[in-house]
Amino acid sequence: MARHRKPSERDASLAKCQTGISGLDDITEGGLPRGRPTLVCGAAGSGKTLLALEFLVRGITQYQEPGVFLSFEETAEELASNVASLGFQLPVLVQQGQLTLDYVRVERSEIEETGEYDLEGLFVRLGAAIDGIKAKRVVLDTIEALFAGLPNEAILRSELRRLFRWLKDKQVTAIITGEQGEGHLTRHGLEEYISDCVIVLDHRVQNQVATRRLRIVKYRGSKHGTNEYPALIDEHGLSVLPISSLGLTYPVSTDRISTGIPRLDAMLGGKGYYRGSSIFVSGTAGTGKTSLATAFLDRVCRQGGRALYCSFEESPAQIIRNMRSIGYDLDKWRKAGRLQFHSARPSLYGLEMHLASLHKLVHEFKPLAVALDPITNMMSIGESAEVKAMLTRLIDFLKNQGITSLFTSLTGGGHDLEQGEVGISSLMDTWLMVRMLETNGERNRLLYVLKSRGMAHSNQVREFLLTDGGIQLRDVYVGPGAVLTGSARLTQEARDKADGLAEQVGAARRERELVQEHASLNAQAAALLARAGRIKEELQTSRQQARRRGEAASADQGALARARQAD
Amino acid sequence: MTTTKISPRPLKTAPAKARRTPTTWDLRLYVAGKTPRAIQAFANLTRICEEHLAGKYRLEVIDLLKSPQLAKGDQIVAVPTLVRKLPEPVRKIIGDLSNTEKVLVGLDLRLRS
Repeated sequence: MARHRKPSERDASLAKCQTGISGLDDITEGGLPRGRPTLVCGAAGSGKTLLALEFLVRGITQYQEPGVFLSFEETAEELASNVASLGFQLPVLVQQGQLTLDYVRVERSEIEETGEYDLEGLFVRLGAAIDGIKAKRVVLDTIEALFAGLPNEAILRSELRRLFRWLKDKQVTAIITGEQGEGHLTRHGLEEYISDCVIVLDHRVQNQVATRRLRIVKYRGSKHGTNEYPALIDEHGLSVLPISSLGLTYPVSTDRISTGIPRLDAMLGGKGYYRGSSIFVSGTAGTGKTSLATAFLDRVCRQGGRALYCSFEESPAQIIRNMRSIGYDLDKWRKAGRLQFHSARPSLYGLEMHLASLHKLVHEFKPLAVALDPITNMMSIGESAEVKAMLTRLIDFLKNQGITSLFTSLTGGGHDLEQGEVGISSLMDTWLMVRMLETNGERNRLLYVLKSRGMAHSNQVREFLLTDGGIQLRDVYVGPGAVLTGSARLTQEARDKADGLAEQVGAARRERELVQEHASLNAQAAALLARAGRIKEELQTSRQQARRRGEAASADQGALARARQAD
Repeated sequence: MTTTKISPRPLKTAPAKARRTPTTWDLRLYVAGKTPRAIQAFANLTRICEEHLAGKYRLEVIDLLKSPQLAKGDQIVAVPTLVRKLPEPVRKIIGDLSNTEKVLVGLDLRLRS
């Protein structure tokens, strides 16, 4: 009755059968062992049935391999309606002769047992179903129901052993699901019979947040990923995320990308961040971390790129409103399709789910830059080590994609600002710190570059101002005595200005006096010259008069002499 | 040995004397091939029926190897399985029916002790 395939096909000992489930084929390095049964076990609600069903549906739609689903728990109608929301149209596949759904119901109360029996009835049913559509994939979900329905466990066990042997002879790739048991992988020890490949699904709740995980316990004759991989079920079915396998092999870029704040660009070697690097902005509450993130994303959008803003505290509308007050119109970019918001409370789902949804968003939206604001909120749903692991994977992932990422982090008051973030900051390429300085009854923001790998960066502390026209960085006042910020800086600057002004006024007055003196001296000189001229004129006149008088006198004497007829 | 109808005598109307003896007993015996177990189950069954339900039963033997699709209808997993279709409720007895006492209890012909 078993229809054997060609021997050549059977000899391929490591032939694999692709599941089509995203990620699962990566960690199994090609899929499940072809022609052999695989055990999928896990607690109730861990996604066993879904995994099995998706294996069949993807087998049909992607690999043209018909499948049989033998259910011991749910009817065909229930199954179909359960997965309809995932876009799996089981009735259509059944109609096309690609899929057979068979519900095996074993009701303990209806059954009386007398004497010897075997499970040939089940074999016949399964065999007929397999042969009917030439199925290559089979799912038994979950065969352990037989233990509840049939009283004689000894017969059942020997028959199950025969069944799995028989499935191998039929050369079908099978998934057998099993409920998790105490101290065993499955309640009835199915792992004893199915030992080629065992996958464990887990749905754990930690800090009230549930996370799905998948692990390959064994895979005979094949290399496979051994970690617990996060898995999730969304509208496209199950996905496993083999993220931690990325490693440190990402490409790096020497391109630079502006921070959106010219003065900050100047502090970072004059050009801004490296493209594809990770930037960490930390600071206490209200220091302007969100504004820094906004300035950066706004700049990216302004240059025609796409940006993703993941906020874990504020709604998009609130961010848009708040950022408008300092001159950034994010709504414009959102409407233009360049900016996408992803707002979710951290506690909405587990870390892995956050990671997964970010993966999906990034794959779909393909942004140039991503901001996560703030990542410290993640601490509320995971242990610090887990959060770090998640961020490591996220950074690895983003770096691999060449996406520049900006993370903000809220530092709690009272902590050592630089110490508190050591765990995460070592992953980051550029670390900006904003802090408040309280002096003279006011608080002022200061910004400085704590580190920036691979570029010359300023060691100066700048005063960080949020104005109607955006973010501005100012030099702090470094005078004789102290570093001054805020109104103290302004006062000092004003005082300096007043001093300068006074000096200017004095100089002008002195100049004016000199000019006047010069002018008066000139006038005096002119008067004296005029007087000298007059005197000279007078002198000449008097000389002429004297000569004319002499001539006249001698003429008169001559005339007198002539009149006297003097001799 | 496909669907073999065994009703040697015409069905008689039973006297309405007992609660558990309705007019007709509709029985189906599912087997998979002529295995010794199947033959024994058949022999056991006919003997019990003749003794306790003479003239009031109809027995159908179904060989799943020949008509596998029929396994679905009565939810057959084990063979041999005897299904009491009528009177309701449906009862199933699996095994070679070698324990007459258990078969009678299973068919509701005898009260559970």
